[in-house]
Amino acid sequence: MLELLDSGFVLGQLRSGVTTAIFLFLIASGLSLIFGVLRIINFAHGSLYMIGAYIAWDTTARLPGYGVSFWASVLVAACVVAVLGAVVERCLLRFVYRREEHYQLLFTYALVLIFSDAAKILWGTEAHSVSRPHGLAGSVELGGVRFPTYELVILAIGSMVVIVLWLSLNRTGYGRIIRAAALDREMLGALGTDVSSLYTTMFMAASFLAGLSGALITPIRSVVPGMDVEIIVDAFIVVVIGGLGSLWGTLLGSLVYGMVLAFGIVIFPRFSIFAAFALMALVLIIRPWGLLGRPIR
Amino acid sequence: MLEVRDLRKSFSGFVATSDVSFSVRRKQILAVIGPNGAGKSTLFNLITGHLAPDRGEVLLEGRDITGASPHRICRMGMGRSFQRTNIFSRLTVYENVQASLIAHQGRGLNMWRRSDAQLRDKTEAMLQSLGLADECDTVAGELSHGGQKQVELAIALAGEPRVLLLDEPTAGMSAQETGEVIRLLDRIVEERELTLLFTEHDMDVVFSIAHVVAVLHQGRIVANGAPEEVRRDALVRSIYLGGGMH
Amino acid sequence: MRRQTVTGVVVSAALFVIAATVPVLGSRYYTFVATDIVIFAMLATSLNLLVGLSGLVSFGHAAYFGVGAYVCGILMKAGGVPFLAAWLLGGVGGALLAGVFGYFCVRLTRVYFSMLTLAFAQIVWAVCFKWNDVTGGEQGYPDVPMPDLAFLDWLPWIGSLRSGDKFYFVVLMLATVSMLAMRRIANSSFGRILTCIRDNLERTQFIGIDVRRHQLVVFTIAGGFAGLAGGLFGIFNRGVFPDFCYWPKSAEVLIMTILGGMYSFWGPSIGAAVLIILNQYIVSRTEYWPLVLGAIMLALLFAFPRGIAGAVGAAWRSRDRFNA
Repeated sequence: MLELLDSGFVLGQLRSGVTTAIFLFLIASGLSLIFGVLRIINFAHGSLYMIGAYIAWDTTARLPGYGVSFWASVLVAACVVAVLGAVVERCLLRFVYRREEHYQLLFTYALVLIFSDAAKILWGTEAHSVSRPHGLAGSVELGGVRFPTYELVILAIGSMVVIVLWLSLNRTGYGRIIRAAALDREMLGALGTDVSSLYTTMFMAASFLAGLSGALITPIRSVVPGMDVEIIVDAFIVVVIGGLGSLWGTLLGSLVYGMVLAFGIVIFPRFSIFAAFALMALVLIIRPWGLLGRPIR
Repeated sequence: MLEVRDLRKSFSGFVATSDVSFSVRRKQILAVIGPNGAGKSTLFNLITGHLAPDRGEVLLEGRDITGASPHRICRMGMGRSFQRTNIFSRLTVYENVQASLIAHQGRGLNMWRRSDAQLRDKTEAMLQSLGLADECDTVAGELSHGGQKQVELAIALAGEPRVLLLDEPTAGMSAQETGEVIRLLDRIVEERELTLLFTEHDMDVVFSIAHVVAVLHQGRIVANGAPEEVRRDALVRSIYLGGGMH
Repeated sequence: MRRQTVTGVVVSAALFVIAATVPVLGSRYYTFVATDIVIFAMLATSLNLLVGLSGLVSFGHAAYFGVGAYVCGILMKAGGVPFLAAWLLGGVGGALLAGVFGYFCVRLTRVYFSMLTLAFAQIVWAVCFKWNDVTGGEQGYPDVPMPDLAFLDWLPWIGSLRSGDKFYFVVLMLATVSMLAMRRIANSSFGRILTCIRDNLERTQFIGIDVRRHQLVVFTIAGGFAGLAGGLFGIFNRGVFPDFCYWPKSAEVLIMTILGGMYSFWGPSIGAAVLIILNQYIVSRTEYWPLVLGAIMLALLFAFPRGIAGAVGAAWRSRDRFNA
């Protein structure tokens, strides 16, 4: 525990916690929105993240001129995943909205199994890695701690996404409907909106974020089978801690979880995973609807 | 038998029930009437433990039951029906009534005796007395609206309540069905020596069986007395005929 | 209703006879698969006491299975406790843990209930994963001894079988007793009240039932039977590993239960048999078992929303009393 006295160590862990939190937020916000409006727990959301990562790796490897091609491939990955999400929503999920929860749970879990094997068939089982994009490979020194430049860019992108999400939820017509629907589902029918296209749009946006997150993480972590399941479990914890269906809750949950992962290691390796689930259980016992969520009717 | 004192409940600023007090004697029939949104259902929910009041108390046979959980209150001898019919819609009519009997006899945790043969005579007698014997094996949710109301009444009666609260027992029924329900209620109150509270929109029903009528308006009791008195009450007339309906 | 009781007895007896004849085939492999099926049928049925009977979708049932396996395995290997006692204590361990966790879980409804069962199960997994001194940690707890089955030797035929076949008989007997006990519970007054809770929780309160208490009791019982199944599986597997408690195991059992048919008592067992046999068949042909499983799940969920047993039942126009 003595490490905690060293400000350099603390800042370093803080940095890594924030970076983790950003990726978590990109995934969990989509999961949370989908739950808020559709009341569906979408296990397959982590698969979209994984597919985003694979596509980004694949495109980077194919495109010439690395510096530009990384960002191009991130965009390609996010867009392809967004379209994939929309297709899944239109062709499959659409049919289970009115079914019981356990049925939906199994249904999206089946999608996880299919996507994970499809990825293995398409991209193999070995780990792939992507080097940091040109010009962002270095690091900046701040207060005695080295911050990799790439992570600073991630921080900037993450903050932008938070702002854009907040604006679109609060300043656009669709956003208002989504927020209203998250509070009271009955309202959707009464509003007379085109619910079906609202769902598809929402799914696309959520999938875009998942794909974006998967693509952006490739220079930091290797692309491997199993990353889908790992991230979805983490995202669940985040969403439950923050509050299902709450944007700020998801952000708070991501930060809390990021810090638990970063500092849990001080106690013992793998302690963080225990701490995370303990925290999740505690929140569910004391405030089932999450730190910033609201009780569901 | 049942006494309510200064009951008050508000939902985020909106006062649904305000300083409601009344009492009902044994074997008395009390009708609670009032326009939509007057707080009738809230009042029932407060009495049966579905909601906890902000203030005031509810006494059942002199015992304080304020804020007790619904199952306790039920075990103490209070049965109820809901405005929107509330039954076990995927179970058969027989199972609906039998479950209520099992619960009433405290056999809910008995894991050994087979359920299907249990309490058959009692269940069948109950179904017989409410004219549901032919529907015994029908899945309750598939019955007509009136049939489901009957099943709900049967569930409530199977608990052998001493006080019965019915929330709009004739809502959505034809004139003929309504007449049957009135006769049925009359008979049951007599046979089982019940104390009955009910809410109702149909004034003919109210004035044909109620011994006492309480008028609820904007969460308050504005009149309480014999049907004839209430009928003549100027305030009540203004609520029903004047501005109160809007 | 008498007719249905008779049908139930006939079906149960037929299943038992079919299961008992597996060793006659004389193949180690068949006995191995059959043991696996019997144990998972028991586990899935215990989960169905929650999912199908009471409407409680537990997403952490593997925790009680794993704890039962650890308790039974550790008692037998380190404590030298006789098999039967260790096995029963494994069940007690599962039930105790379920009782403690269930106390908190039944306060929540629907998706929150599922989430909390998951969180608790993951905590159990993390503890088993880290507690090297007791559970062997990540490496697991290997070499759980085979129980001494010499007492079976005097029996004609069974006495002359290989030890794997003998153990299969022991598993079959114990599982049968457990299944009959669960069936009895499902068909009892308690079971009827649980179906009421599943169907309409609010109304159940107003017939005078303490809903949470009933839910807690069934949660504890289901945990106990899961622990019993775990004890058998630890011996069968010749070791206990943290994976036993990990969430994909919970998912696997849930899949068996729902695909098999949660509204029928035997549905989960059918699900266990179908999935295990399919798994054996497909794994020997392709490495993409998850893909095939996923596709089968989608197809079955669309084609038979009430599971395999539901579809068969509808075809035979026979209504099992368990459902309603």
